Amino acid sequence: MKQIKAKILKNKKIAQGFYRMRIESPYLARRMKPGQFAEVRCAQGTDPLLPRPLGCHRILKNSIELLYEVVGKGTAMLAEKKAGETLELIGPLGKGFEITASRGAAILVAGGVGVAPLLALAERLAQRKRKSLYVLIGACTKKHILCEKEFKKIGTKVLIATEDGSIGHKGLVTDILLKTVIARHEVPKQSKKSRLLRRRFTPPRNDVANIYACGPVGMLKAVSQIAQTHRIPCQVSLEERMACGVGVCLGCPVRVKEGGYKMVCKDGPVFDAMEIAW
Amino acid sequence: MVDLSVKIGKLKLKNPVMAASGTFGMEYRRLIDAGSLGAIVTKTITLKPRAGNPPPRIAETSSGMLNSIGLENKGLDDFIKNKIPLFPAGRTVLIVSIAGDKEDEFTGLVKGLNKIKKVDAIELNLSCPNIRHGTREGLTAQDEKAVGEIVAGVRRITNLTLIVKLSPCVTDITRIAGAAESAGADAVSLINTYPAMAVDIETKKPKLGSVTGGLSGPAIKPIALKMVWDSYKKIKIPIIGIGGIMDYKDALEFILCGAAAIQIGTANFVNPSAPADVTKGLKAYLAKNRIKSVAELTGKLKI
Repeated sequence: MKQIKAKILKNKKIAQGFYRMRIESPYLARRMKPGQFAEVRCAQGTDPLLPRPLGCHRILKNSIELLYEVVGKGTAMLAEKKAGETLELIGPLGKGFEITASRGAAILVAGGVGVAPLLALAERLAQRKRKSLYVLIGACTKKHILCEKEFKKIGTKVLIATEDGSIGHKGLVTDILLKTVIARHEVPKQSKKSRLLRRRFTPPRNDVANIYACGPVGMLKAVSQIAQTHRIPCQVSLEERMACGVGVCLGCPVRVKEGGYKMVCKDGPVFDAMEIAW
Repeated sequence: MVDLSVKIGKLKLKNPVMAASGTFGMEYRRLIDAGSLGAIVTKTITLKPRAGNPPPRIAETSSGMLNSIGLENKGLDDFIKNKIPLFPAGRTVLIVSIAGDKEDEFTGLVKGLNKIKKVDAIELNLSCPNIRHGTREGLTAQDEKAVGEIVAGVRRITNLTLIVKLSPCVTDITRIAGAAESAGADAVSLINTYPAMAVDIETKKPKLGSVTGGLSGPAIKPIALKMVWDSYKKIKIPIIGIGGIMDYKDALEFILCGAAAIQIGTANFVNPSAPADVTKGLKAYLAKNRIKSVAELTGKLKI
């Protein structure tokens, strides 16, 4: 973790309201792991005041990329920044995705701008020999489906769902997760006897697949329920308003099953879906 | 060579710049050297663990932030066992911030902390706007009598330097600060956050999970300055100025209004090197203006 000033190499609008920024930092490129984030100062002065937590979108040789949606004053000012200007940021922060040694299918589920940290993860996973690599992207409409090309380029199978049906499956991303992907990677059918045994003893978790998800909390909850039903390990990347980003201010709590809160900035933003009290 | 050292009670601080309660912890150790701070005020602890308030706990407003953390902490025993060892010994002054509902909770905390060698001072947080007291309406720091009783109760059982952190949400700050002084406080910290709220017009919901919270940051600096100035004219004990200090110029405004030292809070979230930058800035200002000691500047506002 370091407080750094980095040069902006690119800051490009990729869709209405969405920007991709590339910043030069060999330090971050070396240290950043998929799922980690940086606290980015949008402007000098005191309004906006706090830095914004932005997930690492891509890790390149001497630079990293951030993907963000313009949602308020801070991100609007960030969108105004030009190549050559300096960006103040602190990173890498938080706990990223755990990449297991499993050779099974990896299923990445994104809702809207939730694709941001999943591209970095997909690029890492593509370097490993996984049986299959799926990316499921859901959004309200076609214009909000981001990064389809980038995901396809690295050889992932991309499946899309939009609520208005303007592209891909008409409905929710969890529909395709359930019908298309999980159906294909389900635990092999078992005999009646072994099914009875399964009921008596706690079965091992399904290691034929891993789910990684990022998106709105409603989607994450639904994905985690599906993962639990099918006994598939599932990691989710959460979002919360933050101040410090390092675990000092206790401003970004998420309720956990064991009781009390954990901090999204320090204990996450990536959590095992089973940990969260949805 | 300029002298940045200041005295608060029995303590000598190498510089007047402290990290405010709830905004600094050893999680920052890789970003800043805690030894460069005049003092560290810890996140407030209570006798028993507290879960804290439901999210969202943070909202941003114009040049300020709202928080309603709700004093989440794991209680005194955990603090002594797991947090105290992390603080650097001897390199800075350690001030432990404590809060409670009734007097016996404060005395229970102080009895425990009296035994810990690393603890140099106590800051009584009587002014957190995010907790409800079982026994009274409003904040302890809004009740002159309650402030006097709690400070006196703690004073009786400790020789540690005793600082009292007060609320700006009062009719007359000088009476409350005076009550703390008469009861034996060594210094007062002015000010805690101002009770406040913000609303999301799309959802029609408050921006904080607990509806209201406390406002901090540059937005409250002018209010804090007046509280310090008013109190400086009435009390003799040192005042620690707090409220939206972002740079050394802000710090100097507080010192000129009567602060012997200052605390940096919200600015740590924006720029963790803010305390170090303020110290550097103060040093340069003193050198440039040929002032030997920062203590000479306290209260030197020209009227």
